[in-house]
Amino acid sequence: MSLLRVEGLSKAFGGFEAVRDVSFTLEAGERLAIIGPNGAGKSTCFNMIGGQLRPDRGRVLLNGEEITGLPPRAVWRKGVGRTFQIAAAFGSMTVVENVQMALLSHHGRARALFPLARALYREEAMALLERVGIRDQAERFCSVLAYGDIKRVELAVALAHGPRLLLMDEPTAGMAPAERHALMRLVSAIVAERGIAVLFTEHDMDVVFAYADRILVINRGRLIAEGPPERVRADREVQAIYLGSSVEAPA
Amino acid sequence: MSAPVLEVEGLVTFYGRAQILFDLALEVGEGEVVVLMGRNGAGKSTTLKSIMGLVRPTAGGIRFRGRDIGGLPPFRIARQGLGYVPEERRVFAELTVEENLEVGRREPPAGRDAWTPQRLFALFPNLAELRRRRADRISGGEQQMLAIARTLMGNPELLLLDEPSEGLAPVIVDQMATALADLRRHGVSILLSEQNLHFAGRIAERACIIEKGQIRWRGAMSDLLADEEVRRAYLSV
Amino acid sequence: MDPGFLFVQFLNGLATASFLFMASAGLTIVFGVTRIVNFAHGSFYMLGAYIAYTLAGVFMEVAYGAVSFWGAIFLAAAIVGLLGVLLELVVLRRIYDAPELFQLLATFAVVLIVQDLVRMTWGGEDLLGPRAPGLKSFVVVLDRRFPEYELAMIFAGPLVLGALWLLFHRTRFGVLVRAATLDREMVGALGVNQALLFTGVLFLGAFLAGLAGALQLPREPANPYMDVNIIVEAFVVTVIGGMGSVTGAFLAALLIGELQAFGILIFPKITLVLAFLVMAAVLIVRPYGLLGRPQAESHAAARAGAGLAAGTPLQRSLWMGLLAFLLLLPLFADEYSLKLAIELLIFGLFAFSLNFIMGWGGIVSFGHAAYFGLGAYGAALLVHHLAWPMEAAILSAPLVAGVAALVFGALCVRLSGVYLAMLTLAFAQIVYAIAFQWVELTGGDNGLIGIWPSSWASSRTVYYYLTLAVTLAGIGLLWRFLYAPFGYSSRAVRDSAIRADAIGIDPRYQRWLAFTVSGIAAGLGGGLYVFSKGNIDPEVLAIPTSVDALTMVLLGGVETVTGPLAGAALLTLLKDFVMPLTLYWKMVMGGLILAMVLAFPKGLVGILGDRLPGLQAAPTGRERPA
Repeated sequence: MSLLRVEGLSKAFGGFEAVRDVSFTLEAGERLAIIGPNGAGKSTCFNMIGGQLRPDRGRVLLNGEEITGLPPRAVWRKGVGRTFQIAAAFGSMTVVENVQMALLSHHGRARALFPLARALYREEAMALLERVGIRDQAERFCSVLAYGDIKRVELAVALAHGPRLLLMDEPTAGMAPAERHALMRLVSAIVAERGIAVLFTEHDMDVVFAYADRILVINRGRLIAEGPPERVRADREVQAIYLGSSVEAPA
Repeated sequence: MSAPVLEVEGLVTFYGRAQILFDLALEVGEGEVVVLMGRNGAGKSTTLKSIMGLVRPTAGGIRFRGRDIGGLPPFRIARQGLGYVPEERRVFAELTVEENLEVGRREPPAGRDAWTPQRLFALFPNLAELRRRRADRISGGEQQMLAIARTLMGNPELLLLDEPSEGLAPVIVDQMATALADLRRHGVSILLSEQNLHFAGRIAERACIIEKGQIRWRGAMSDLLADEEVRRAYLSV
Repeated sequence: MDPGFLFVQFLNGLATASFLFMASAGLTIVFGVTRIVNFAHGSFYMLGAYIAYTLAGVFMEVAYGAVSFWGAIFLAAAIVGLLGVLLELVVLRRIYDAPELFQLLATFAVVLIVQDLVRMTWGGEDLLGPRAPGLKSFVVVLDRRFPEYELAMIFAGPLVLGALWLLFHRTRFGVLVRAATLDREMVGALGVNQALLFTGVLFLGAFLAGLAGALQLPREPANPYMDVNIIVEAFVVTVIGGMGSVTGAFLAALLIGELQAFGILIFPKITLVLAFLVMAAVLIVRPYGLLGRPQAESHAAARAGAGLAAGTPLQRSLWMGLLAFLLLLPLFADEYSLKLAIELLIFGLFAFSLNFIMGWGGIVSFGHAAYFGLGAYGAALLVHHLAWPMEAAILSAPLVAGVAALVFGALCVRLSGVYLAMLTLAFAQIVYAIAFQWVELTGGDNGLIGIWPSSWASSRTVYYYLTLAVTLAGIGLLWRFLYAPFGYSSRAVRDSAIRADAIGIDPRYQRWLAFTVSGIAAGLGGGLYVFSKGNIDPEVLAIPTSVDALTMVLLGGVETVTGPLAGAALLTLLKDFVMPLTLYWKMVMGGLILAMVLAFPKGLVGILGDRLPGLQAAPTGRERPA
């Protein structure tokens, strides 16, 4: 059974079909990238899996269990962690408090009225920060961190409840080139050691081809190619999308 | 090349805490059409928005006809003679085509012919029949043409076009290329961002390739079209 | 009921609708372009009436006739339009990018200042204006008489709508205004100077308000209360119609006008409530009103909110000192100072409860008086009607307020920003209207008297200690909640709702719980308040009470824990010392609010925290990047 199975996912806004009949699967331990031009439907697809958007048609199954149309918090509870395109943590909290917040929620104590939040699950949070390499930043406020470090905070937060699937929307956008590879190496290592899967969208082709086991290409809401990096790179339709409608003509 | 209309150097722009542009430099000559190519997320839109003052760069110089325009509010930059057409078109949905044009109208600099709705309808014949139609009741291609026409009503000397071919059907892309080539003959300089190489090849004479917020390659459009290696490195998957 | 009566009632509804529309149109236009809910619109309306009164008096003295009358009306509107320009240049221009709370408070400050200016200039008496020459008589409709002036006004509304339509569709200014309502930034990128456009829009908005106020003059005397009365109604119309939509305002005005005309026949006592109920219902079904659309987010990046820090040793010793001072106060304070201290403690709790959701939860409540007042009324009613003892009544106060917060909050937290603020205000006005109109239960305008503490607590000193114990317990609990996971969850939702949702926190539910907790605490304060005064009247539920609480928070600092307490102390003391010295307290208060918004938005504690790092350990979320 696949960890994630997406069947015939579709979504229209007004008359505009943003995503149309997209199906794919994702196995444990796998890194799957979704690429495509702006407005192709990547984010819509992503948000339907994460629960931020409700699909018009189609199903999303996690380990065989249907999670279609559940709100984000319920999808999270089923074992999905996600990061966002424009990284931002809870800006009024320190790095370690951000992770503690996720842990509090995971342990069902997010609404406790009396204990001091600062003291709860601190060790667990520090261990996660250690894993993503920013333990030394634990007491800083997120609003003053370097952007690359905020991405790591987001990752630690997404990992807090021991998810089986990570959704990462443009994990390296806005980062300096050198940091991008460091972050993706970290993600790959975590995926391997925990036996989880990651689904990510990405603009940086270096990142996609270096770190994806498999690639989905979406254009105008439809899945037009799928497969290992080399096969996608050679696909003529994919070439055409990236270089314009009649790439052969001028050559 | 004659004296540049637009000179940009050392441009650094952040969105919040994310750095998008890293020390970017480019220039556009008088009457020239320059295309900014690159994959999405490379920083094309941000470059144009920074020039127009819609996002505030943290460093760098932007000069238009030798005058420093960095840090001015967008309306002052527009009044210097720059026109901007955003990627999402942003036509005023509840206004008619004619009213959209009216919003863009500004007097031309002394001694220059002003664009009028009539002249623009000649340039974009599709719009002529739609003049009383609300802008959200016309097709995407027509909206793109309207967005360009609206900006031309301000009689800009330099047009900044953000991905004009995006999301348009091939036949409309074709019409767009014809219209832009026409514009050039009217003496308007153009800096456009584009992902469609074929479209860019039809109208631009120079290309800059932007990747991760920096210009990585610059040269004649014909060289780019001939250089398979460069295209593969920066534009293809 | 005979058809003639019903028809006349229908005509009355139309006339009311006309006025409501004229009074609301400017408000909705100004909001559409500037995104500011302009409380001062009510002041413009009032100024229109007063200025028209003076002008008409002069003109008709010189030459009695229609020309003089209408000349006075339109000249008054034009003068008010210029005052709108002044407001834009002096105040609004500085706060377009400020948080909603600051915008609302700043324009309300103008309301306060204008109230006193009007009182200075025209006195506090009702001033009955001249009747319109040529429209003094009646027409007979189905055997019933209907005033000519009212009939003329029925046509005035549609006439204004038509004129506005022409302005918006046939002039460049109008087209620019419509474009700016849809996409301000793009209008700027096309070379249009927004500052000028906004100034023009304020002229138009104020002109319309002034015109509506001036036209009102022959129907109702100019009086110092007409600003707040009309602004509340205009808000209802604007919100129902969809903020920014002129046509929506027209439809909403028709709806409310007829509802009032016929509602008064069926539910004579609750016409005020009816309008707010309709508004609440519309907002629940259509969160952006009949013809409104969701506003595009103007700020892409979320504001970094304040953080919480552990107490420093200096802070702890300061607190211990303060506590000791409060405990020993009765030893050296006189009766009057104790009374003042009681008030100060109660308002401290009230302001703290407001900031519990506002500063720390991002929920701007403009109607927090509802929960304070419901606590007070709840306790008073139990004593008055059921003869409950003080102890039970004070304990019930937070329950009454909590239930109301639970119900109102469930609806309010579905919205955000200005709409949320307006809905909280609407609920507060509903409660106010009930307290005002249900005379049998609440004593109406006179309120309830004789609500005194039990005999053991009747001495000022004992009641002081009781208040001290209860308010400190309340504040202490809320304070603790802020540092507990509950407070962190509220803050997480405030910082980023979408992220909170993605780690299992239901944003709406969290906001609802926090709203309720805050209402309970405010109600507790209200319960203590009524026994300290011995009586209660609807003023405690009115807008000024909500604004007092907001001002306290603003004075102390929104993004601080202790700010609301400092602000409550400061405002209570200021009121006590300054109010007796001046006839124009509202002007002082308005000036104070404006000064805070424009010059010291961080508030007192925020400023102190910046200056004395030991006092406020909080390196808040605003620390500059290294």
